[in-house]
Amino acid sequence: MARFIERHPAWALIVIIAVAVLAWLVFAIWPPGLEAAIGRKRVFLNAVLNGITLGGLYFLVASGFTLIFGLMRNVNLAHGSLYLFGGYIGYAISTWTGSWILSFIVAFIAVALVGVILQLVVFRRMEGQDLRQTMVTIGLSIVFADLMLWVFGGDFYQVQTPAWLIGPVQLPLLTAIKSSGEPVYLQYPLVRLVIFAASVVIGIAMWLALNRTRIGMIVRAGVDDRDILAATGVRIQLVFVLVFALGAGLAGIAGVVGGTFQSLSPGEDTRFLLASLVVVIVGGMGSIPGAALGAVIIGLAEQLGSVYIPTYAIVVTFLIMVLVLAVRPQGLLARR
Amino acid sequence: MLKGSLGLIALSSLLLSGTAFAQEKIKVGVTATLEGTYTVLGEDGMRGFQTALNVLGKKIGDKELEFVVASTDATPDSAVRAVRKLIEQDKVQILLSPLSGDEGIAVKNFAKTHPELTFVNAASGAQETTYVDPAPNFFRYNMDGAQWQVGLGKYAYETKGYRKIATVGEDYSFIYTQVFGLVLEFCGAGGQVTNRQWVPLGTKDFASVIAALPDDVDAIYLGLGGADAVNFLNQYQQAGGKAHLMGGSIMIDQTILSSKGSAKNALIGTIAASGQADTWEDPNWQKFVKAYQDSFPESKRFPSPSLLATNYYGSTMALILALRQVNGDLSNNQAKLKDALAKIEIDAPNGKIKLDANRQAIGTNFVTEVVDDGKGALFSKVVKVIPNVNQTLGYDPAVFAKIGLPSRTVPECKKY
Repeated sequence: MARFIERHPAWALIVIIAVAVLAWLVFAIWPPGLEAAIGRKRVFLNAVLNGITLGGLYFLVASGFTLIFGLMRNVNLAHGSLYLFGGYIGYAISTWTGSWILSFIVAFIAVALVGVILQLVVFRRMEGQDLRQTMVTIGLSIVFADLMLWVFGGDFYQVQTPAWLIGPVQLPLLTAIKSSGEPVYLQYPLVRLVIFAASVVIGIAMWLALNRTRIGMIVRAGVDDRDILAATGVRIQLVFVLVFALGAGLAGIAGVVGGTFQSLSPGEDTRFLLASLVVVIVGGMGSIPGAALGAVIIGLAEQLGSVYIPTYAIVVTFLIMVLVLAVRPQGLLARR
Repeated sequence: MLKGSLGLIALSSLLLSGTAFAQEKIKVGVTATLEGTYTVLGEDGMRGFQTALNVLGKKIGDKELEFVVASTDATPDSAVRAVRKLIEQDKVQILLSPLSGDEGIAVKNFAKTHPELTFVNAASGAQETTYVDPAPNFFRYNMDGAQWQVGLGKYAYETKGYRKIATVGEDYSFIYTQVFGLVLEFCGAGGQVTNRQWVPLGTKDFASVIAALPDDVDAIYLGLGGADAVNFLNQYQQAGGKAHLMGGSIMIDQTILSSKGSAKNALIGTIAASGQADTWEDPNWQKFVKAYQDSFPESKRFPSPSLLATNYYGSTMALILALRQVNGDLSNNQAKLKDALAKIEIDAPNGKIKLDANRQAIGTNFVTEVVDDGKGALFSKVVKVIPNVNQTLGYDPAVFAKIGLPSRTVPECKKY
């Protein structure tokens, strides 16, 4: 941190000012002039929180994608199908047993198994052949999409939110003061907060596992140089299978999350594949912190865009991607 | 050599018999949104189409109808691509297409490049399709989005006592047309529309849109459809929304009312207007509902047909009846068929339908309210039936032309 300030004093100043402005926007009561110019504070706060929580969902999908890519250099374009499949499994389990938590566990296991099969049957046979892998996974994603359409139809499915998570909570953030002097606090859907908290926990757990455990060490070594790692006697194929299972399982969990606060239907697979591609390109291929940063940036851009420039909201995320590709093509947090 | 020429002869005889066979058939291309946000709408549209075939049969005199189905995703380019494929590859002679508003405008324009063929609109409802520079070979037997809102504005103002409303709608031609119809009538009665929010088709995360809904209005009008509508309601429930709701025509039909989950319950009591009402007593309607229910097992359909099923049914019915009138005669660039289509009046399930000079339907509209049938299924209940709704909504054509074309900001909220 201190080194960053020494090396880039101008940038550091800009960042500090930006953080200060943001903190003021979040915590202060807005003067009427500002409200007239850019709308009510409640809308702004909601958009920011929505962006961050949506970022949590994107992170869950993209982290698996980036993990798999980072270690194996597989561009798994069937990742969106894994997301959707996990969502459908979660829906089936939650309607069958009525347990929301259980649906996460089953979705994780089921999709992780699909991941294992994919790794063993498909990727292992064409290791290092990027183009073939890409084409095969595109083909697989189309096959999966049609299979799921066949089984589940074109209907919209929603994983039932458990009763204790429905409805809003009051956050200790002031949005306005009524004329009677009574403060108005922000109301926010509880389920989104819980899901965001869960994705933060998963993110931290993944970071710890990668940086503090032996397996993590092996995975990181594999990211840096696969061949040398294999030469030291590590059973690298087993590590590949494990990482693929974890990445796929995370996509499955994300599917349940997405099915809870959005909905599941054909087409969601490609949407989330696209989202995770954009997130990973912005954050940096193969980097977990990069996926987190990219996810929050894309989530915020989508939500703030949909409120303040609704007409161009779709373009904003792609503009960010183009900007990143132009200025820092390896991604914001990627190592060279 | 002998072998080769034998093969050639065999091949050419096969080809010849193929063309001889094709003359017995009339090929019709059908498109529906079987992908993307409007998948469920497309699927139910196809159920309506299938029901019509079950009821009316595929025989036209001694010829038989043959159908080729193509899928679109509600974008205009996907519709044109599908229609072009049907014409160029599958050699269809008649088109039953498309489903969605923007698609309709694109297909109408495309129809002009094939004046020899006949296009029967399947379900799309943008005003521009038949109002601005209509194609002489494009026929629409369903009303447009604005016609489908007739009655709602007055009912909201006079009976429900709403004075100020805000709207949220998908950002494309059909919803513009719906809001156009609503605003004209509601503001004409004296109401105010304070805010119009537009969201891209296919929006998944509505949380910020919901947060931006104004508090100081009597009701919020929702012009959403398909997955968008379900997502909106789900997130609206999670955010604890409590406002009175009003619905557009595809917001309150069975595509949404029978979706899975409890979010749809936010719609109970919602007032809306559409080209149909689920509980209408009319025997013709009841017969259609029965035919629809009998055509598919219970798990493969909605409890009652959606607006899309009804539209596809009506369009297919008009086409088959007109073909029978001319005995399947498609000679002279299908002139006889086009003539018959322009003149035909059909007894559609949702009321009598005839076409105006632009080949746009004049039909019956319904003001409805969403009710729970006691077993957890939601239906739209008839509040008011309004016959003979034309495209200018009863306005003098000159006055109507001055209002402008439906868009994000047109019409202004005032009395015209």
